[in-house]
Amino acid sequence: MKIVVCIKQVPDTTEIKINPATGTLIRDGVPSIMNPDDKAGLELAVELKEKHGATVTVITMGPPQADAILREAFAMGADRAILLTDKRFAGADTLATSHALAGALGKLEFDLLITGRQAIDGDTAQVGPQIAELLALPQVTYLRNLSFDGKKTFTLERETEEGYQVLEADAPCLVTVLSTARKPRYMRVKGIVEAYQREVELWGFEQIEVAEEHLGLKGSPTKVFKAFAKASKAPGEVYEADPEEAVGIVISKLKEKFII
Amino acid sequence: MDFNLSKTQILFRQMIQEFALKEVKPLAAEIDEMERFPKETVEKMGPIGLMGIPIPMKYGGSGADTLLYAMAVEELSRVCATTGVIVSAHTSLCAVPILEYGSEEQKMKYLPKLASGEWLGAFGLTEPNAGTDASAQQTTAVPDGDDFIINGSKIFITNAEYAHVYVVMAMTDKSKGTKGITAFIVEKGTPGFSIGKKEKKMGIRGSATCELIFENCRVPRANQLGKTGEGFGLAMKTLDGGRIGIAAQALGIAQGALSETVKYVKERKQFGKPLSAFQNTQFQLADMETRIQAARWLVYRAAMLKDQKVNYSSEAAMAKLFAAEVAMEVTTRAVQCHGGYGYTREYPVERMMRDAKITEIYEGTSEVQRMVIAAKLLK
Amino acid sequence: MEISSYTDVYVFIEQRDGEIQGVSLELLGKARQLANTLNQNVVAFLAGYQVSSKSESLIHCGADKVVVADAPELEHYTTEPYAQAVAQMIAAYKPSVLLIGATTTGRDLGPRLSARCQTGLTADCTKLEVGDDGHLLMTRPAFGGNLMATIVCKEHRPQMATVRPGVMRKCESDPNRKGVVEAFKPNFDQTKFGARLISNVKEDKGKTDIAQARILISGGRGVGDATGFEKLKELAEVLKAEVSASRALVDAGVTDHNHQVGQTGKTVRPDLYLACGISGAIQHLAGMEESDFIVAINKDKGAPIFQVADVGIVGDVNRIIPLLTERLKR
Repeated sequence: MKIVVCIKQVPDTTEIKINPATGTLIRDGVPSIMNPDDKAGLELAVELKEKHGATVTVITMGPPQADAILREAFAMGADRAILLTDKRFAGADTLATSHALAGALGKLEFDLLITGRQAIDGDTAQVGPQIAELLALPQVTYLRNLSFDGKKTFTLERETEEGYQVLEADAPCLVTVLSTARKPRYMRVKGIVEAYQREVELWGFEQIEVAEEHLGLKGSPTKVFKAFAKASKAPGEVYEADPEEAVGIVISKLKEKFII
Repeated sequence: MDFNLSKTQILFRQMIQEFALKEVKPLAAEIDEMERFPKETVEKMGPIGLMGIPIPMKYGGSGADTLLYAMAVEELSRVCATTGVIVSAHTSLCAVPILEYGSEEQKMKYLPKLASGEWLGAFGLTEPNAGTDASAQQTTAVPDGDDFIINGSKIFITNAEYAHVYVVMAMTDKSKGTKGITAFIVEKGTPGFSIGKKEKKMGIRGSATCELIFENCRVPRANQLGKTGEGFGLAMKTLDGGRIGIAAQALGIAQGALSETVKYVKERKQFGKPLSAFQNTQFQLADMETRIQAARWLVYRAAMLKDQKVNYSSEAAMAKLFAAEVAMEVTTRAVQCHGGYGYTREYPVERMMRDAKITEIYEGTSEVQRMVIAAKLLK
Repeated sequence: MEISSYTDVYVFIEQRDGEIQGVSLELLGKARQLANTLNQNVVAFLAGYQVSSKSESLIHCGADKVVVADAPELEHYTTEPYAQAVAQMIAAYKPSVLLIGATTTGRDLGPRLSARCQTGLTADCTKLEVGDDGHLLMTRPAFGGNLMATIVCKEHRPQMATVRPGVMRKCESDPNRKGVVEAFKPNFDQTKFGARLISNVKEDKGKTDIAQARILISGGRGVGDATGFEKLKELAEVLKAEVSASRALVDAGVTDHNHQVGQTGKTVRPDLYLACGISGAIQHLAGMEESDFIVAINKDKGAPIFQVADVGIVGDVNRIIPLLTERLKR
């Protein structure tokens, strides 16, 4: 089996803070990590490799420093890594990103294409289904479990608000994986030792045969009109009171608001 | 000269820090309190390759260098010194001497299982009457046909209760003094070999420190490690390497105590402001950080020298001497910065201070390290 | 693309087992406001099987027109039959705006459609308004709620947006409202259906959806453990409320992810949000600050939760809550 996993390097958003004076993000010192949903997807791929035999290729689109997560993927068990990077991809929204990735993925053979459900810096959950559409693949999103019959059919569990759906799909297909689907393994020390001795393939515009009009800022139907720090609401009254008094205050306020 | 970590080292540190934080730290207080050996942690470390870091890949190891190994012990000890010493004793004192002195058969037999963590390793040198004066060995090994018969006992043996493989020193020729000592590989379950009483310790309480008892214990000649009469040299060289592990453990303990203190002084308020706003606190932190950084470079340098296959005895001794004293000083100051809470088990610095003390004692006391360092100067 | 030929504000109506989902009615409410500003119509696109009878209720909730695709292929949601139906509807009707609920259905369908129609999609919008030039301004949180971004899609149609349940307000249902109902028959290409639905399994994920609760008693790290959380449940019983939690309690295993409020959990806007021992990390605030009335109890006077609270109490939640429960019982 051939598996390709799309991964993304993201800032650890739990570590991001806003500069209250300028309303801009303070990104200095914020660690870059492999997106958690993608990491669970990679774990799923490596488990399938161990169980059924497979080659696992990881691909990321991003700036040159995204190389770091490909090394991490090697140390987790990936066999091949591709860094898709080109100035012409910059400024892409999800659709333009999907065009570039789909262009690259179109050059690869696979039975299963895995992406994370969504990335923690954007939380859009769009790139997976958009790639599936551009490559005319069946998609199963919100994947929480998957099994393979060893021949060509995957049985998939897709999480919903009420429970889950069980679906079947034949290879090749695309799944978007929840971070809770698998607990990613730790990088292997041996894999770490070898990670920087292995080759990361650099692909750019020339390799993917996608019209420039579909790429980057130019190929993005959506544009950022403005970005701003969330306006904080005026704080209300804060009381320092002993528990008896506090209860009195809460009850009178709830009565005022007709809640009780 | 390059004082920067390589990309490989940065990637490794990312992994080991995450592992320590998520898998090791949550158990640290409990295994200390209960004096419980963290078997589950050893089982998790095996598949990752943490039980065979400096063992070559052809023997099932991770094929990394001593510096990566020292960083592992440092980061594990930062959250749990018990886990640090389990890895250090297993690797430095059992797997590495088999790698460096074993025959090809011995390496093929023992290293893959040690490196995978399936088997745990231990080392037996210290005896009731042979501590710092390790040459006063009373355990004997007498040849008998294809075997040696070992009699005697060893004390304070780290990992003893859970190990499968022991590197043990015994007198094969009393008349020759230190030149009459030979090393053996003893397996768990060998008839005549048993585990004695478990020590109740001040710190590193999760590590199983026990007595080894040999009563007419029959060990095949094939298990002799290195040449006859060269066991004392083997033990001393092994301890040189072990000191890097213990120095890394001390460094980790100190770093852990400092990290906890930085967190605490930002949260804790007295006189209407956080402790971190007081200059005394700031100066304490600055002193701790400076000493830790100095210790770190001594430890890393000793590790690098070992990999360069040059004599590093003195550097390993300096690293251990200094890092152990830094650990003791930093943890003591950390407890002081925590005030009354620091003296309770609410906060980990209490445990860290108890754990730090052993690093000044085992694998050569600080006094022994000074002897090693001075001996080289006066040669 | 001839932008001017695209008109009206469309809402994808999500139904499950024939039941219209609340988020779709909320979107109709928003669509009504947008259409009024634009001087255009609100069109509800209802897809399902034997669901036509639901059309009237959509008109009552703000639609001027309901387009119904009623086909056995659409009985349960799967990606491709729905994508075909909606894409064909878009080609036929040329909507200017298409709003979709940011549910597991909408977030599966939306991006597939955007790629099929080569148009923009903005996910999880918290605010939708009409710009000076008549384009839709779609505002959404980014970077884990640390930043807000307003997105436009000027050169492509439809302008697509998904919105999480609980973010918009539905209109008061008016049984006298009149509108048109039209049937739409998609031409399905079954060879492309891809994934096959085997079964839909319902799981009990906790009693009620916290996004629908009128009153939420929410616990954080300050509540401590399961024992502390029990006390919140006792209060919830007295107030006929639901309990929810911050990530700290979910990570600690005290309650499950379905009860989590915040960026990685659910967005809620109840009438009363009682935050107990929640410090108010930005990821948490993102999920609850639109609540009508926020009362926060926390030991730390400097906790960020007090920045969004209407009433803040500096104190020990584990003492105040049982006392409050007792007083309310009387």
